[in-house]
Amino acid sequence: MAEEVVLLDLWVSPYAARVKIALAEKGIEYESKEEDLSNKSSLLLEMNPVYKKVPVLIHKGKPISESRIIVQYIDELWNHKSPLLPSDPYARAHARFWADFVDQKIQGTMYRLFEAASSESREAAEKELIEDFKVMEGELGKKPYFGGETFGFVDIAFIPSYRYYYGHETLGNFNLVEELPKLAAWVKRCLQRESVSKSLHDPNKVYEFISELRKKRGLE
Amino acid sequence: MEDKVILLDFWSSSYAMRVRIALEEKGIQYEAREQNLVDKSPLLVDMNPIHKMIPVLIHNGKPTCESLVIVEYIDQVWNDRSPLLPSDPYQRSQARFWADYIDKKIYTNGKKLWREKGEKQEEVKREFIAGLRALEGELGEKVYFGGERIGFVDVALVPISSWFYSFEKCGNFSIEKECPKIVAWVKRCMQKKSVSKSLPDPQKIYGYVLQLKQKLGID
Repeated sequence: MAEEVVLLDLWVSPYAARVKIALAEKGIEYESKEEDLSNKSSLLLEMNPVYKKVPVLIHKGKPISESRIIVQYIDELWNHKSPLLPSDPYARAHARFWADFVDQKIQGTMYRLFEAASSESREAAEKELIEDFKVMEGELGKKPYFGGETFGFVDIAFIPSYRYYYGHETLGNFNLVEELPKLAAWVKRCLQRESVSKSLHDPNKVYEFISELRKKRGLE
Repeated sequence: MEDKVILLDFWSSSYAMRVRIALEEKGIQYEAREQNLVDKSPLLVDMNPIHKMIPVLIHNGKPTCESLVIVEYIDQVWNDRSPLLPSDPYQRSQARFWADYIDKKIYTNGKKLWREKGEKQEEVKREFIAGLRALEGELGEKVYFGGERIGFVDVALVPISSWFYSFEKCGNFSIEKECPKIVAWVKRCMQKKSVSKSLPDPQKIYGYVLQLKQKLGID
């Protein structure tokens, strides 16, 4: 069974983490193949010719790319346990909207922050990211998870990236732990799930990696 | 109980056209409310507080936003007719992949194409054409992206064809010359009432683009 499911992976990628969390939630065994993005494998180039990016899920030889699409595939195919998306169409649409928001808005801001070459652009991106996180704090509200009582699609979409920022605790002068208490409690709740704790790395290691990458690009 | 379906709309929006096509395909009665995007209505802001953009589908008072999310919603709710997504999970994943590709490569570049000039425009054109060529590869010999019937990817892509004339005039190129299979596919789609009813006249779009260019000071 394990050889049927292969994940083209990258340890630091929050997108790959999403897929790992989903697979773990469903109890699916798989083989993880770590990619070196500076030297992409022929398998990666064959399985994701359009974007040449990870993660790619290969199931019985057939590839699926784009993390949110992969997670939906996992949920729809292995529908015997742990539904990640609600069955009600309106609630599903709501979940898809918020997962899309994480990618469209939040990941976009995070990318700008990563690429920021000047202190002005860095501060502007930080400010925007804080506002984005406040939106998520508002959307979470009093619920234990974004999906309500159960851990689901939006939690999976957001926890990897947010965990890595949360692990660093501050964004500029803004203290994420103190200022966004609902998200702080939500992170702790998510980390209690084995699927999450096993799929995420030490935030300090991730932060070091990102800093090194920025240095290599002459951004720091 | 009768369904009340309202679409917060804008006539030239390719995103809104996707929703219109989906509603027409399913034979759903709906009220289209044209929005003023400069002076946004309280309803729009209330129904889409995050992005304050159209399209928004309001079904029995409950809003759904983001065109592809809306189309999937429509497909699920009215699942007894004209399915837009395949039932097989793998094929669904591929349909979603290509619809997402259309957003990233076609719609994003389309928005830039008529605004840019010189080398920047050439770069956008190259990406746009490359995107359409990749889609031609995916279409292959099929009648529609959905196979024998129009599906999710057809609905995602065909609206931008109403902008092709504008792109050609602004970018000084022929989409038919560069991507003949796509243009042939557009013609096939336009024979369907759900599509022809939902797309505006390309000449009208061009008039609108010229107005926008004037307003924005682009020549």
